[in-house]
Amino acid sequence: MQLLHFAILSPFLFALFIPILAKYAKRVHTGWFVLILPVLLFIYFLPMIRMTQSGETLRSVLEWIPSLGINFTVYIDGLGLLFALLITGIGSLVTLYSIFYLSKETEQLGPFYVYLLMFMGAMLGVVLVDNVMVLYMFWELTSLSSFLLIGYWYKREKSRYGAAKSLLITVSGGLCMLGGFILLYIITDSFSIREMIHQVQLIAGHDLFIPAMILILLGAFTKSAQFPFYIWLPDAMEAPTPVSAYLHSATMVKAGIYIIARFSPIFAFSAQWFWIVSLVGLITMVWSSFQAVKQTDLKSILAFSTVSQLGMIISMLGASAAALHYGHTEYYTVAAMAAIFHLINHATFKGSLFMAVGIIDHETGTRDIRKLGGLMAIMPITFTISLIGTFSMAGLPPFNGFLSKEMFFTSMLRVAHFDLFNVQTWGILFPVLAWVGSVFTFIYSMKLVFKTFKGNYQPEQLKKQAHEAPAGMLVAPVILAALVVSLFFFPNILSYSLIEPAMNSIYPTLLDGHEKFHVHISQWHGPTTELKMTAGIIVIGTLGYLAMNKWKGIYKLFPSKLALNRFYDKLLALMEKGSYRVTKQYMTGFLRDYLLYIFAGFIILMGGVMMIKGGFSFTTEGMADIGGYEMILTLVMISATAATVFARSRLTAIISLGVVGYTLALFFVIFRAPDLALTQLVIETISVALFLLCFYHLPKLRRKTKTRTFRLTNFIIALGVGIIVTLLGIASSSQRTKDSISSFFLKNSHDLGGGDNVVNVILVDFRGFDTMFEITVLAVAALGIYSMIKTKVKEEERSGE
Amino acid sequence: MFTLILQLALGIMAMSTFLYVIRVIKGPTVTDRVVALDAIGINLIAITALVSILLNTNAFLDIILLLGILAFIGTIAFSKFLEKGEIIENDRNR
Repeated sequence: MQLLHFAILSPFLFALFIPILAKYAKRVHTGWFVLILPVLLFIYFLPMIRMTQSGETLRSVLEWIPSLGINFTVYIDGLGLLFALLITGIGSLVTLYSIFYLSKETEQLGPFYVYLLMFMGAMLGVVLVDNVMVLYMFWELTSLSSFLLIGYWYKREKSRYGAAKSLLITVSGGLCMLGGFILLYIITDSFSIREMIHQVQLIAGHDLFIPAMILILLGAFTKSAQFPFYIWLPDAMEAPTPVSAYLHSATMVKAGIYIIARFSPIFAFSAQWFWIVSLVGLITMVWSSFQAVKQTDLKSILAFSTVSQLGMIISMLGASAAALHYGHTEYYTVAAMAAIFHLINHATFKGSLFMAVGIIDHETGTRDIRKLGGLMAIMPITFTISLIGTFSMAGLPPFNGFLSKEMFFTSMLRVAHFDLFNVQTWGILFPVLAWVGSVFTFIYSMKLVFKTFKGNYQPEQLKKQAHEAPAGMLVAPVILAALVVSLFFFPNILSYSLIEPAMNSIYPTLLDGHEKFHVHISQWHGPTTELKMTAGIIVIGTLGYLAMNKWKGIYKLFPSKLALNRFYDKLLALMEKGSYRVTKQYMTGFLRDYLLYIFAGFIILMGGVMMIKGGFSFTTEGMADIGGYEMILTLVMISATAATVFARSRLTAIISLGVVGYTLALFFVIFRAPDLALTQLVIETISVALFLLCFYHLPKLRRKTKTRTFRLTNFIIALGVGIIVTLLGIASSSQRTKDSISSFFLKNSHDLGGGDNVVNVILVDFRGFDTMFEITVLAVAALGIYSMIKTKVKEEERSGE
Repeated sequence: MFTLILQLALGIMAMSTFLYVIRVIKGPTVTDRVVALDAIGINLIAITALVSILLNTNAFLDIILLLGILAFIGTIAFSKFLEKGEIIENDRNR
C-alpha cells in the first residue's frame, strides 16, 4: 500500500472520524475539518502534472483478489490526473462554500460530510484505477453516495423521489456497464484497461465487440445524463446546492465522460461508436438546451444546461474518433482537444453558477425566476459572478466558454467533411444541430442572468429581505469566476499541462516515439466560419430572447404526455402493477392450485424428459407368474380405491381406505414380507381410528360446488401423474443394469449382524442411522401434536372461552 | 394336489373378500360397511393362514394373531364412534 492508494482511500478513512468531530467539536463548523483533506489532496496531485506532461505514467499495484485478477491498481495518466485535480480542486471550493451555506445549528452536518467524503473518495477511485472491477466498485459507490446526498433533506417527499429516481437510473446503467466489463474480460482475459488497449485488435474482431460497447455506453450515458436518461438530473436538484454544484455539474456527471474518453482507444475504431456517441451527444445537447429555456426554477435551468453541455462534450468525444483513422494531424484531433478543454471550462463556470444560484436562494428564499428580479444593485458581486458564468456558458468573449465553443464548431464543421463512417449524406447535420443547440444555450443563459438581476425588484414576493451574501460564501464562486476569465486570456497554461497529457490518454496508440501533441489555443483565428456562427448565435439569440413571449407557445405543442418523465413514472407504475397482477394471478392462496402447478410440472418435466431421452421401455423378461387370487386381490384394491375417490360421505371414504390398507397388508403377506405386513396392519388400524377421531370436526364433503372444468382438470392431472408413475415403474424394472445388493445382506446377516431376521438386522445394524432418524421424526411429530393441542387450549383460555 | 386345493381355497377367499368389498361400497348404511370390514379382517386371517401353508413358513403366524386383535379393536372403535360420535371420550369434569 503506497501513498497513492492511501490518497484514494483517505476520504473514506477520514469519513470515519466525521461523526465524532460533528458530535464533540460542536463549536466549530464540521466543514472546516473536512476542508483540510481535499486541499491536501489537491496539493498532492498538483506536482504530478510535471510527470504526465513529459508523457510518463504512474502505475502501482495493490493486490486485492489476485486469484481472480482483481487488484487495486492505481494508474495515473493525463486524463486521470485532470479528473483528480477537478475533483479535489472543486471539492475544496465546494466544501468551503458549504461551510457558509449549511447552518451548523439547523442542519445535520455529520451525515452531510460523511456522504460528501464518501463521494469524493469514490470519484477519485473511478478516475484513478486501472482495474475495471475496482472501477465498477467505485462507480457504484458514487451512485450510492449521490443517492444519499440527493436525499439529504429526507423529510421532503421530492428529495426522496429524486434520490430514488437517480439511484434507479444510474444503477441500472452501472449494471449494464458491469456486463460490458465482463464481456471485455471474456474477450481479453484481463481486467486491466491497459491490457485491453494493448489487445485492441483482438477486441475489434470479436463477436462480443458490439454488445460490450453498447453496455459500457449505457453505463456512461446514464451517469452523464444523456438522452433519454437525463431525466434524473433535474430531479436531483432537490439536493443542497453545494451537492448540486459538486456532483451534478463538475464531477459525477462527468464520470460517464471519463468512461467514454477512457474507452475511446478500445472502441473508437468502429463506425458504431462514432455514430452512437456523437449523435446521442448532439441530440441531448439540442433537446435539453431547448427544454432549459422553458424552466422557471433557476436550478432546473442549470440542470438542463448541464445535460446540454455534457451532450456537447460527448458529441466532441464521438467526433474525435476520426483521428484514429486519419492519423495524427491537428485537423482531426481538435475534437478531443476541444472536449477536454470544454470539460475544464464547464466545471469552472457551472460550479460558479450553481454557487451563485445557491446564494440567491439562500439570501432571498426562492429560486423561482418569476419572483426574482432587480437584484443587480442589491447583490452586485453575485451578479458579476453570474454574468461571467452565463456569458461563458453562452460562448461569448472574453470568457473561456467562447474558446471551447469555437473549437466545438470547428470540430463539428470538420465532421461534415469526413469521408468515413458514411458521414457524407448526413454530415451537414452536425454543424446545424450544434448551431441550433448553441442558440438555445444563448437564450437560456440570457434569461438566467437578466430575469434574475434586471427588471423590477419584488420584495413582496420574497420570503426574506434580499441582501448580499457573506464574504465566506462568495470566496469559492469568485475563485471559479476568476478562473473563467483568466482561462480566456491564458488558455495555454492548460494546453501543455493538462490537455496534451489527457489527449495522450485518449489516443495512446496514435503517436509513435517522441512525437507530441501540439495544442495551442488562440483567441483570434481570423474571420472564420466559426466566428460567423458565433455572431449568428448572438444576433438570433438576442432576437429570440427579446421576443420570447411571442414564440413561447411552441412549448405547448409538445404534449406533456410525451415527456420522458411521464414515461418513467408510467413505467414504474406499470411495472409495480404488472408484477402485482402477475403475482396475484398465480398466487391464489389455495393449496389445490399450488398442487396443480406441482403435479403439472411433474408430468411435463418427467414425461418430457423420458420422452425426449427415449426412457420408456417395456419387457416381460424375468417377470413372475400371476396367480388367480392375486388378480382378485388387485381387483379388491382397485374397487376399494375407486370407492374412496367416489364416496359420497366421508365415513365411506374412511372405511374404503381401511380396506385398501388391509389389502396392502395382505399383498405384503403374499410377497413374503411378514414384518411389513405386521407394521402395515397396526398403522392402518391406528390411522383409520385417527381419521374417525377427526371425523366429527371435519366438514361434509362438498362435491356440488366444484365446477366441471375444475373436476376435469383434476381428472386429467391425476390421470397424467398415474400414467407417468406407472410407466416409470415399468421402465425402471425392465431396465435393471446392475444386480441388487440384497444378496450381501442375506449372506452376512447371521455372521455380521448376529440375527436371522434380515429385515430387522438391516434396520438396526446395517443401516441403523435411518432408523434413528425415523425415530426422531416420530418424536418430533408426537411433540408437535402435543404442543399444537396445548397451545390451542391456552389460546382459548386467553380469549375467555 | 394339496397345493391345488390350497390355491383353490385362496381363490375362493379372495373372491369372498371382493364380494365383501362390494358390500363396503354399496352398503346402504354405515353399519353394513363396518360389518363387512370386520368380515374382511377375518378373511384376511384365513388368507394369511393359507398363504403361510402354501409358502411353507411360520413367519406369518404373528400376523394372524395381530389381525384378530386389530379387527376386534377396529370394529369396537367403529361401533363406539357410530354410537357416541367419538372414540375416546373427553371427560370435561375432570
